[in-house]
Amino acid sequence: MSYVTRFTRTERALHWVNATGFLFLLATGLILYLPRLSVLVGRRPLMKDLHFWGGIGWVSALAIVIVLGDRRGLLRTARELETLRPSRFNVGQKVNAILNAAFVILFFASGMLLWFGERDTTFRFTSTVLLHDWLLYLAGGLLIGHLYLAVIHPATRHSLRGMVRGSVSEEWAAKHYPYWERRGQTPDGV
Amino acid sequence: MSVSRVEAARGFTLLRVNRSDPAGEEGEMEHAPEPRRYGRGLFLATVAGGLTSLAWGRPVWSRVSGALSGAEALVPLVPQGGWRIYSVADHMPTFDPRTWRLAIDGLVKNKLTLTHAELRALPAAEQVSTFHCVTGWTVKDVHWKGVRLQTIFERALPFPEAHALQFVSAEYPYLDYLTYEQATLPDVMLAYEMDGKPLAREHGAPLRLVIPDMYGYKGVKWLDRINLVPQAGDGYWELLGYDRDAWVGHSNGYG
Repeated sequence: MSYVTRFTRTERALHWVNATGFLFLLATGLILYLPRLSVLVGRRPLMKDLHFWGGIGWVSALAIVIVLGDRRGLLRTARELETLRPSRFNVGQKVNAILNAAFVILFFASGMLLWFGERDTTFRFTSTVLLHDWLLYLAGGLLIGHLYLAVIHPATRHSLRGMVRGSVSEEWAAKHYPYWERRGQTPDGV
Repeated sequence: MSVSRVEAARGFTLLRVNRSDPAGEEGEMEHAPEPRRYGRGLFLATVAGGLTSLAWGRPVWSRVSGALSGAEALVPLVPQGGWRIYSVADHMPTFDPRTWRLAIDGLVKNKLTLTHAELRALPAAEQVSTFHCVTGWTVKDVHWKGVRLQTIFERALPFPEAHALQFVSAEYPYLDYLTYEQATLPDVMLAYEMDGKPLAREHGAPLRLVIPDMYGYKGVKWLDRINLVPQAGDGYWELLGYDRDAWVGHSNGYG
């Protein structure tokens, strides 16, 4: 079976750094947010610190990957996403990537406002908490759909290989991404 | 070939596209119109919509949730009736009715130590009021049952120089103050029931202060001591910059 490169190392690093940070913030955030979990876990001051520094770490790590990685390649990928036309990604994947990128900015902005607002009334707005909540619902919904398609749904879950090892089978790619102009054959399947 | 031809024919924009895709076929480029960048539009609209929602989010949300009467449809989204649980210590205090006592101390003629049963035997009051948190969330129509401070004063008999009350939580180091006048507002109470049930642990079991005209941080949870003092001081959040007189809509940068 022949394989074709789907994701560069930089793209994969960006994805997994984003996923790790998001899941850590989701876990600590839910402990702060859901009363039952808050009671069960306790240690709210520690959870707040973990959530706050987790947010700083998440955004910093994404920035480090972008700066140290293949910036030119990422710029090409961004241009590819911009059109929303099917290419290496279908329209749903493009919308998912774009919304998640926007959510990183909004999560970070509203989270910092929550943190500063606890210390200075200048930064306190009644809608900050509402924005942070709604981002959770929307990003959570995207995550559930994303996990289903990438891990469970039989027709699409081969794509996980692309994000783990970088390549997918030529045959699968031809079937799912007819508009993808493939380069970088990797017959050894790496 | 063609960079100059392309530039002449289609303008600078296309040249940029051409450059970014050196392997692209120029012939095709000349015929294909530049794709509309809907993705960029979506990104910018989402970021802009999110950031501006800091100004319009709360009013719009009140309208929407008001229109869906009862907002039952949204209950799955809002955990446990819209409450968020804030605490400052590592562990929430646990309530044991055998050992729990409410102490009334300080500038009073009769110092009191009430058991939970004794507290519940005092004349009770009930009220329905709205709970406002300083971070922006609100829970409407909370049904409280408990004891008015006036009822406590009738038994403890504060001295005339007791102009304020210090409310001490079992959750060290949380405490806060009210002036005597604030503590005797008609809808201020020491609540031991919420919405028909004994106060839950996360809401401050077995006793919390309720003062609907002020933000929730004044409503000390896990209350187990009230000291009558000459004047009000700074409570836990006031030491971190919040207003001592936390009137809803008129303090902490609002109104």
